[in-house]
Amino acid sequence: MTATTLSRTAEKETTLHWSRVVGTGLIGGVVAIYVGLVGMIEALAGRVVITGLLTTGQVILLGVYLLMSYQAAQKLTGADAKAGPLSVVAGALAGLIISIMLALLVVIGQQINLRAMFINASPRLWELLTLGRGVPTGLVLLMALGAVLGALAGGLALLPSRLRRAVSLGLVAVPIVSILNTALFAGRGVSALGALLIFAFFTAISYGWSSVGGQARERVAALPSGQQRLLKMIGWSAVALGALALPLLGPYPSEIIDTVGIYVLMGLGLNIVVGFAGLLDLGYVAFFALGAYTIGILTSPEITWLPLHLTWWEALPIAILVGVISGTLLGIPVLQMRGDYLAIVTLGFGEIIRLIFLSDWLKPLVGGSNGITRIPRAVPPPQGFSDQQVLWYIVLAGIVVAAYIATRLKYSRIGRNWMAMREDEDVAQAMGIDLVKTKLLAFATGAALSAVGGAIFATKLTSIYPHSFNLLVSINVLAVIIVGGMGSIPGVLVGALALVGLPELLREFAEYRLLVYGAVLVFMMLKRPEGLLPEARRKLELHEGEEV
Amino acid sequence: MLQNLRRRLSATTVVMWIIGLLLLAMVFWGSFQTLVSGKYSGRVWLDLIVFGIAQGSVYALIALGYTMVYGILRMINFAHGEVFMSGAYMGYFVATALENRGTLDSNLLLSLVLIVLGAVVTSVTIAVLLERIAYRPLRRAPRLVPLITAIGASFFLQYTFRGFFGSGVKGYPEAEGLKGTITLFGLQLLKTQVLVIVAAIILLIALYTFVQRTKTGKAMRAVSEDKDAAALMGINVDRIIVTTFIVGGSLAGAAGVLYSMLFRQVYFLTGFIPGLKAFTAAVLGGIGNIAGATMGGLFLGVAESLFPNLVLDGLGIPAPYQLKDALAFLLLVLVLIFRPTGILGERLATKKA
Amino acid sequence: MAPILEAHRVTKRFGGLTAVSKFDVTIEEQSIHSIIGPNGAGKTTFFNCVTGFYRPEEGSILFQGKRIDGMAPDRITRSGIARTYQNIRLFSNMTVIENVMVGYQGHLKSGWFGAVARTKRQREEEKRAVEEGRRLLSFVGLAGRGDLLAKNLPYGDQRRLEIARALAIGPRLLLLDEPAAGMNPVETQDLMNFIRRLRDELKITILLIEHHMQVVMGISDIVTVMDFGEKIAEGTPREVQTNPRVIEAYLGRGAVEHGVVAS
Repeated sequence: MTATTLSRTAEKETTLHWSRVVGTGLIGGVVAIYVGLVGMIEALAGRVVITGLLTTGQVILLGVYLLMSYQAAQKLTGADAKAGPLSVVAGALAGLIISIMLALLVVIGQQINLRAMFINASPRLWELLTLGRGVPTGLVLLMALGAVLGALAGGLALLPSRLRRAVSLGLVAVPIVSILNTALFAGRGVSALGALLIFAFFTAISYGWSSVGGQARERVAALPSGQQRLLKMIGWSAVALGALALPLLGPYPSEIIDTVGIYVLMGLGLNIVVGFAGLLDLGYVAFFALGAYTIGILTSPEITWLPLHLTWWEALPIAILVGVISGTLLGIPVLQMRGDYLAIVTLGFGEIIRLIFLSDWLKPLVGGSNGITRIPRAVPPPQGFSDQQVLWYIVLAGIVVAAYIATRLKYSRIGRNWMAMREDEDVAQAMGIDLVKTKLLAFATGAALSAVGGAIFATKLTSIYPHSFNLLVSINVLAVIIVGGMGSIPGVLVGALALVGLPELLREFAEYRLLVYGAVLVFMMLKRPEGLLPEARRKLELHEGEEV
Repeated sequence: MLQNLRRRLSATTVVMWIIGLLLLAMVFWGSFQTLVSGKYSGRVWLDLIVFGIAQGSVYALIALGYTMVYGILRMINFAHGEVFMSGAYMGYFVATALENRGTLDSNLLLSLVLIVLGAVVTSVTIAVLLERIAYRPLRRAPRLVPLITAIGASFFLQYTFRGFFGSGVKGYPEAEGLKGTITLFGLQLLKTQVLVIVAAIILLIALYTFVQRTKTGKAMRAVSEDKDAAALMGINVDRIIVTTFIVGGSLAGAAGVLYSMLFRQVYFLTGFIPGLKAFTAAVLGGIGNIAGATMGGLFLGVAESLFPNLVLDGLGIPAPYQLKDALAFLLLVLVLIFRPTGILGERLATKKA
Repeated sequence: MAPILEAHRVTKRFGGLTAVSKFDVTIEEQSIHSIIGPNGAGKTTFFNCVTGFYRPEEGSILFQGKRIDGMAPDRITRSGIARTYQNIRLFSNMTVIENVMVGYQGHLKSGWFGAVARTKRQREEEKRAVEEGRRLLSFVGLAGRGDLLAKNLPYGDQRRLEIARALAIGPRLLLLDEPAAGMNPVETQDLMNFIRRLRDELKITILLIEHHMQVVMGISDIVTVMDFGEKIAEGTPREVQTNPRVIEAYLGRGAVEHGVVAS
């Protein structure tokens, strides 16, 4: 009896699930066709990653091939067992299936005019998919290539996990470095040799770090606390110096960095509301808009009904005040509602604010669809520097202050009350916490930071229009903190870099930005709800030495 | 007495009521001004009401999808507006194809059936895929998780449609047979509006019959009462949930076609605002309540049609129709302040379910 | 001794169902008072009325002579009533000591500006909160576990933590909802001693819902029996045990007639 059970388990471990491989391949094919029909391949075909070899569109397709074939190779035996060389075959099979499905799309597309529905089902797409070689040759080539790519991905599954991680990082690094190079320094992709070097560099670094990183960390932990603190200070000084030096990259990169910075600032604010207090606020843009419009009204010489014409600095405290007051006023009616109602109602508020700014009703006051222009700069730039370069220091100051406030609050009575409320509202109330007051504090703090973001945004663009303040801003910030990790302060930084920085660099990508955000939100919630850099709790009981 | 009140009331409740009463006072003052001024004739009001009913019956159909899913899963299916939009798109493609063949003008009834069929199939497919891929794995997750997923799915669908079919607004073809007006009970009414209202009534009756009379409908109600108990009684909860998405999706698909007939256009953001408004309607009627969603939809449709002229005009606001969306949300806020249960609902908005 | 809690004709209905019906009870200061009754008798509903989570339709509840029915739960807690839950409800993604510190929050006064400016008072308060947290953790036997996430504690420790959190509020009256559920005989004995210590050392009045008869009969001064939302008996454990109505409620009518019940 026991023996049969044993042998059966043993058998189970080595069972090969070829049907799963085929299934994964088919899903990969659907994804590849989706990527094609949604227009990504065509739109990004003009952006070179490796000169003469690869465009960004192809990189995306390549990603689909590698990822799905790798998945297929893993599925052959399940995650634990290794299939050996067979996983290469599985990968190749999946790759081939993806190619066959793409080929079918091309064949069908050439018989029937799909373009009546799908605007991207164009001859250009067929040309790209057949690698410019026409139907029979190109399709054969596509299939061969698919099988080869699949086999490579399957081979990746054979590597030891440390090496595999290093190689994957190297592969991801190539397009990112190339895109950075193109966007920031007006390069035209990298050469094949350059790509190889980048790949080798990142793979080596990652592999090396995974073998010595642990040791290094241990050694640091073994140091006396004075030296540890010194190391920490050196680390922070390096970060600070790096942050201060960023504008030296030039005017155009500075503009992007400013934008990312504004999102970091708003992310820190929304993180307090959503991450700490667990209140899903989808109307966050309302306070951003109010901050920006307060600045506009108080500073622009266009405004004749309130001829204050303050400087940006004089108007800033008022903008913050407006944020706090409006956050409190809007908060009172909505905060007694349960979480999901709150989301929809705040979303409604965000829309109301935008519609009111847009309407003819307030046009004499705030310019309607013409917005407010001629908002003064906060600081005149010194000779040889652009406005955007100087603005970074204001953004940076905002981020530092916001991060400081968020950290202080997080480890205080208020922060603990927020988290308790997030975990279980009823019990939090039974602990004597006044829910409405505590929620209002979160709401108002978040609103104030959003208003600061708006104030900086206004002086960055020097003109504001109602359409800059639509719901998408709220969704953008939400995606940033979810990808980074709700409640995690460093997470906001990572989230903003990935979700705001990269798309800013890839201009052609703008059209697909929200598509990707949507997919990212779904994916993160399904697979990694805690985010890339999950929130950590500070040790309080046993680490008396650390500041409390 | 006063002491009793002080024990029961908090400062925030008082502030809330004051805000609410101020808003209500504004509504009444505005209406009073408009009515006294006599600016609009009875004819205008009548047209606005009929249009409101037509629009409201579309909201009602979408709201049913929200309310049924909420009743069963206690989650807001934020992407329901996109389910609706997908139906409108497919309806457009079928209608255009039929127009090119001339069927749309020669055989109106058949065309309508085909258009609605195409829309319903598309919407149902999307609704079921959503449930299967995005919602089912999260059934036991904390509340915010499926909501954020739904928001993500909503954007994913919007921009997928934009990628597939382009960002432009597509004009719905108009059938010869639906142009112009018809005289009913001595009233001159637009044919499309009459068609929309009649179709909505038929669908609503079909839904009531389904939910009240059929075995599946009863199982659905059982699941919405208590999922675990229903499972113990031998009801396949997964299947019932999928059925709910199918029914909600079909109604949304049909609503997509009807909405496009009223407004004669469709684009990738078509679903967004009507979706929000339908949600408002569902809350208005008491979420989880089918009759409530119908009433809420009609009420919102008429209110939205009347309010700009009735209230805002009276308050002296220029171009009041620009603010009609803002009014719908304002209504939502007012309802949640004064009657969080909605017109017919149980108390869900403030207490944990 | 004076009564600490008085409930007069408290009634709570859910739709057509009357969960608690004209329920009277008086809890003496520094006593251990148990409420028992079959499942669905309305015990937890009564707890929810006392803590303000439900508003009773009729009747009044007085705590230390002041009416508290209809007050918001947080205000009731601040007046000195704490509770635990039948199905443990901790702040599971916070650490153990943070859970206790949330309970202690009512004793801290600094607010937003204090936290941001790190005033002297705020730092002292935080230090006091951590110390108080440590003290309570060792009081309930959780010393050294403070930095774990609450959800990673074993079941028995979660019960202890819930009590520590409730104690941090500094209550005069502590409501325990089935604290012995899922405990083995040794743990149960510990719990009984522990509850006695709460009364004797901390001078806290205990109101207990419990199914575990050994616990109820072993430590209660007074036992109140509920059935279908009504009080059917009250008295010392011995009086209650021999009351025919109680036996009937627990075992059904036949039991009394057939003399099934011993002791």
